[in-house]
Amino acid sequence: MLILAIESSCDETSAAVVRDGDEVLSNVIASQIEFHRKYGGIVPEVASRKHIEVINPIIKEALDKASIGFKDLDAVAVTYGPGLVGSLLVGVCAAKAIAYSLNIPLIGVNHLEGHIYANFLAQITNPKYQIPNNSQITNPNIQTLEFPFISLIVSGGHTMIVEVKDFGKYKTLGQTRDDAAGEAFDKVARFLKLGFPGGPVIDKMAKEGNPKAVEFKRPMMEPEFGYDFSFSGIKTAVVNYVMRKMGGTDLPAGRQGTLVSGETHLSDLVASFQQAVVDTLVEKTIKAVTDNNIKTVCLAGGVSANSQLRAQIKARGEEEGLTVIIPPLEYTTDNAAMIGCAGYHRLKAGHPSDLSIKPIAGLKL
Amino acid sequence: MVIETASAGETQDLGYRIGKSLKPKDVVALFGTLGAGKTTLVQGIARALDIVELVTSPTFVLINEYQGLYPLYHIDLYRLDDLSQIDELGIAEYFTRDGITLIEWAEKMGRMLPRHVKEIKIEYLDDHKRKFITNFDF
Repeated sequence: MLILAIESSCDETSAAVVRDGDEVLSNVIASQIEFHRKYGGIVPEVASRKHIEVINPIIKEALDKASIGFKDLDAVAVTYGPGLVGSLLVGVCAAKAIAYSLNIPLIGVNHLEGHIYANFLAQITNPKYQIPNNSQITNPNIQTLEFPFISLIVSGGHTMIVEVKDFGKYKTLGQTRDDAAGEAFDKVARFLKLGFPGGPVIDKMAKEGNPKAVEFKRPMMEPEFGYDFSFSGIKTAVVNYVMRKMGGTDLPAGRQGTLVSGETHLSDLVASFQQAVVDTLVEKTIKAVTDNNIKTVCLAGGVSANSQLRAQIKARGEEEGLTVIIPPLEYTTDNAAMIGCAGYHRLKAGHPSDLSIKPIAGLKL
Repeated sequence: MVIETASAGETQDLGYRIGKSLKPKDVVALFGTLGAGKTTLVQGIARALDIVELVTSPTFVLINEYQGLYPLYHIDLYRLDDLSQIDELGIAEYFTRDGITLIEWAEKMGRMLPRHVKEIKIEYLDDHKRKFITNFDF
């Protein structure tokens, strides 16, 4: 079964062709990061306009790379939430048009579900599909991912621990009570004038710093908070630290970077911040896994590209005798291949969507 | 009014008091730097409106809507930098609805804020202490 998948929930426009749920024939991603960099974040209006500009060429490229045409498709899967409504709308409209004109099923997919399914994606088997310097991405995990497992979904908009009991069967064990982890990365990076997107910048800079230089409290580790997270406080702690170092209470615009780097090592501060976030994510996730007597844990979402998080959850998980699954970097950020995978299983379970499907910004898992 | 709080808990309680004084069609603008305590204050306001759902940061999606005693529209302009972006989002439409609108990073709206706006300015005093200055009584 050939599924065309479309993903446009935030700032990436992506289309993919996926065969039988896990064989990725093509996965084309157009990132808008360059357009948003100057704003220091994603601007919804810019995002939806860019999606409109590229959606058709991206779909065509995905079909071409998979060496198929529209008539070969068996179904269309599309992300319909959560995300920015204007962005989602572009993908949903395109998917509807294709499904309607070809008279094939339309499958609405939850973006978060897609991230979880990124872990099921096998290798890219089409030799025509080449990624620079990495012609074949293999995912060694495909053999070992077994239900039930716990997934830590962590991105710019979400931070949650989900128990996945079976295809389509989820139980949210914990989530952020304020900011998402990726949002904390972005905001701290912006506050320190490090640039956008904050995740990769901080990841890189933290490698040069001492993660123990500044002691930030790991938030909500007390038992009464269960598996919930809070990252607003860590962000505030970084702000507090910088203000205290300056001996003032007001932060003059444009001076943050120089002041911090002049008096303390900026890389130490950044490394300490990252360590606090990663410690919290890893410890809560491992606790959720062991408390529920589950043997497998997997990462999902954009922040799972963070090298410290990847290394630490693997080390801690293995210490506990768990199987730790980390998706290939290619599938950590938003992409349509994961939507195709999730869509396949939805369709197989007999849950295609109606053509009247609408984007839902706050769609729950 | 000028009120100082000495902890996040006190800030939430202040939010609760403010929340109890709010009525439908009120527009509340929050001013304060990153880490000032806007999220904490809003959580207190939401509690006063009997909102049971978790009130999380709207930065990513820009606008979150909650149902409580009255609808609460929680808007965050952090990502936006120019007025045309804000205009295109249709934020002004929320001001006429029968709910309470809370705007974080309201300084970015400038003169697009309605005249009857209730302002809360948050000043950073030290790690725990914050000063709240409002242009309304509650």
